[in-house]
Amino acid sequence: MAWFDYFRQGKQGSAKLAKERLQIVIAHERIDRNGPEYLPQLRRDIMSVIRKYVPITEEQVNVQFEKGTDYDVLELNIALPEREH
Amino acid sequence: MTSGKGGVGKTTTSAAFATGLALRGYKTAVIDFDVGLRNLDLIMGCERRVVYDFVNVINGEASLKQALIRDKRTENLHVLPASQTRDKDALTKEGVGKVINDLREDHFDFVVCDSPAGIERGAHMAMYFADDAIVVTNPEVSSVRDSDRILGLLQSKTQKAEQGDSVREHLLITRYSPSRVEAGEMLGMEDILEILAVPLIGVIPESQSVLQASNSGSPVILDKASDAGQAYDDFVRRFLGETVPHRFLDVEKKGFFKRLFG
Repeated sequence: MAWFDYFRQGKQGSAKLAKERLQIVIAHERIDRNGPEYLPQLRRDIMSVIRKYVPITEEQVNVQFEKGTDYDVLELNIALPEREH
Repeated sequence: MTSGKGGVGKTTTSAAFATGLALRGYKTAVIDFDVGLRNLDLIMGCERRVVYDFVNVINGEASLKQALIRDKRTENLHVLPASQTRDKDALTKEGVGKVINDLREDHFDFVVCDSPAGIERGAHMAMYFADDAIVVTNPEVSSVRDSDRILGLLQSKTQKAEQGDSVREHLLITRYSPSRVEAGEMLGMEDILEILAVPLIGVIPESQSVLQASNSGSPVILDKASDAGQAYDDFVRRFLGETVPHRFLDVEKKGFFKRLFG
């Protein structure tokens, strides 16, 4: 039904979503491979320690590794779940 | 010729690229690194002429001269098939390096290494000695992600990387469908370039001629009337340093009535 397709063309496609998802996952993977080899294991270890106290998911732990000229920076960003009232 | 993901067109591209180089007078060898799953011979149409293979040469069971298959259609073109029976550990760094060096001494201008999918030994050996890498990518999330992974390996696990140098990277997008990109259903060329940040060397449109070419065992670049064949030819020219504008990126414009009634 060609006439039907003609009127459907304005519909928002899924390519935009694909791009956003890719940008996020690739950014994560690049950090892992540009950082030291122990980084993925370090992330897992940190996760298991924090999980002893609060329930968190993998997305809530952000590990950044930046190479500087004189020193490297390891940045941990852990978003704790909202406190129950 | 690498990609990480399978089925994106590495072998089709290797066959077309090697044929395109040979057509321009360069003495070219194309090697199948997919030990155990050989297919380059079928795509090149020389499957019935395979006597010896890459692993035979590495193990000293046959000479390079005995194993290389001279292409019947295209002068200057030679195929080195993969072994169908061995396992991938048969490819050693020393063995592969010696074969490539022997080809160089035999005055080959180009050696095209057709990588298997994955990131195992075969893929590692196919990229290890490379000067240039063509990363073949489909406009599809898993393929783009795997390409990024492969780029990481090219920057760390190759001879060039170990020497503090770098492999030249080129992005080739295959199975591109401009109408689906326009409809927002497919990642566009610009999106992929933005994510991977590798210079673009070609875009091959989704085309029936690719299946026809593989069915008949004739590299698609020889189908000069087809859009994919022409896009592959443009890609070869760009690789050789010519400035060639990209084609087949836009939807063929149909009139209002054609769009209504198809």
